Amino acid sequence: MLSQHLPILLVVVPLLAAPIIVLLRRSFPSWLVATLASIATLAIALPLLARAVSEGVISYAIGNWPPPLGIEYRVDAANAFVAFIVSLIGVFVMPYCRRGVSSEVRAEEHYLFYAMMMLCLSGLLGILLTGDAFNLFVFLEISSLATYVLIAMGRDRRALVASYQYLLMGTIGATLYVIGIGLLYLQTGTLNLADLAVRLPAMGDPRATLAALAFITVGISLKIALFPLHLWLPNAYAYSPSAVSAFLAATATKVSIYVLMRYFFTIFGETVVFDARYTGVILLALSLAAMFIPAVVAIFQTDVKRLLAYSSVSQIGYITLGISLHSVGGLTAAVAHLFNHALTKGGMFLVLGGVVFRLGGSALDRMAGLGRTMPIASFAFVIGGLSLIGIPGTAGFVSKWYLVTAAMAEGQWWLAGAVMLSSLLAVIYVWRFVEVAYFREPPAGHPPAGEAPLSLLLPALAMIVACVWFGLDASWSGNMARAAAEALAGGWK
Amino acid sequence: MTFAGHYAYFVTILLLMVGLFIVIARSNLIKKLIGLGLFQTAVYLLYISPGKLIGGVAPIVGEGFEVYSNPLPHVLILTAIVVGVATLALGLALVVRIKEAYGSIEEEEILGLDADDELKSRDRS
Repeated sequence: MLSQHLPILLVVVPLLAAPIIVLLRRSFPSWLVATLASIATLAIALPLLARAVSEGVISYAIGNWPPPLGIEYRVDAANAFVAFIVSLIGVFVMPYCRRGVSSEVRAEEHYLFYAMMMLCLSGLLGILLTGDAFNLFVFLEISSLATYVLIAMGRDRRALVASYQYLLMGTIGATLYVIGIGLLYLQTGTLNLADLAVRLPAMGDPRATLAALAFITVGISLKIALFPLHLWLPNAYAYSPSAVSAFLAATATKVSIYVLMRYFFTIFGETVVFDARYTGVILLALSLAAMFIPAVVAIFQTDVKRLLAYSSVSQIGYITLGISLHSVGGLTAAVAHLFNHALTKGGMFLVLGGVVFRLGGSALDRMAGLGRTMPIASFAFVIGGLSLIGIPGTAGFVSKWYLVTAAMAEGQWWLAGAVMLSSLLAVIYVWRFVEVAYFREPPAGHPPAGEAPLSLLLPALAMIVACVWFGLDASWSGNMARAAAEALAGGWK
Repeated sequence: MTFAGHYAYFVTILLLMVGLFIVIARSNLIKKLIGLGLFQTAVYLLYISPGKLIGGVAPIVGEGFEVYSNPLPHVLILTAIVVGVATLALGLALVVRIKEAYGSIEEEEILGLDADDELKSRDRS
């Protein structure tokens, strides 16, 4: 029965696509294999999500070695939903790569680019599905190493430095995580996450658990780019090829957020993480700082890609704010924003990629009069911007609504005000684009650039349309987010 | 709870801190990678030393042997070594490319060159 093996297929399909692409070497067949593989992952992720929602936890023993001795893949509504998001973004980004990559990556490196995309996708899906703490680390490194290479493929030489810096920070983060799970292993003698979730509460709350919690939290927060550990992110997103920026902004940090939620709620449990100490308060303070400080920095950026990158750090603050409330409502808001922000920011980076394709750069000054020369792209970008702000009718509004309701349910009225205020900052940085694109004359002397080719525009528009769609009808995404939140909070029983 | 009993842990912490300090304090990109390597290697010690029991033998069931060492940490660290090697190789490859692009592997000089570029592009526009 093939359907029984869905969890492992989701990881293996892109993993196998990578070496096949390296063997093919030619640009077009590599792209075709990568696109087919990403469509296949979505085709696997959808039934998996449906099964996880209807049946609860699906356990898959790798190589038929029963857990906890063998490595287990453990799928529930939470990780199946994030896996669905990742593979959905993959399906949007891969068709875009054909044209987008041709202008941004050297022709002889195309096949390597696609191979790295597949490894990155496979690593991210592996992180999500695995039920083994050390296996998670290995997948974390697979996706990270592929990410460093992808970032370094940017045209600008600063991409190399950005990639190097991310490599240092990312490796430190991953190593801290390994120290954390090492301490857990020494205490409990198991690396199986479900087994850990059973054995840890039985140990009470010794100092070693506290140390493990600290190491894992800081290590994963580096990967999340939680303020103030976000320093690698702006350069990494700004100088990598557009398709990579879109893919990473929509998936990489989100997957790490899932890992943090899994450790907080399922493995350590709320009593150890939140009730016994001030994790919630610290996370709340950092989330608020993330909502405001990077948003202010975004306002002063002269490059639109960097502006979006800082905006990403700020939006991550909303997601961690949802986590810090440690209620099902807060988690629902966090997961919903994870989905909505992935669509919004991914779509905006793709639209921007099309603009860069025509203009040759992403400096804000170059976009003068863009509303006239590239009306469709500008309009789509503004719609994405409205979703970042959280205007009703866009996906961003839905998750902010969940967030504000969850904060109020906890009696934290002032948080609603904080969310509103930081949204006003988003209005300012989105307005900077609007002002340049719609209220300035196109530069004289240059022939008007015209819209980006359809192969770039269509995937970007599809994501922006999805962002409006899930803003108007949030019932499906809302239900999924709630199911995911309940699965996270309810544990693996 | 003696110093000698926890000797391996003290060495681990020392190596971790030395490695992290090099990554933060050195400007030379190669030296930073050496620090990163130390930092990662120290963790191997954290895993491997508790796996060894004094008087323990390889975990093969046999007459007369009752104390076995835990082999799992070794296997885990074998994987971690592979990851570490891959990271170091990629880091060194990046440094080679950075040297080609900037003509320097000193972080301060590279950031200075980037700042110059930024100023020039602003003057032009």
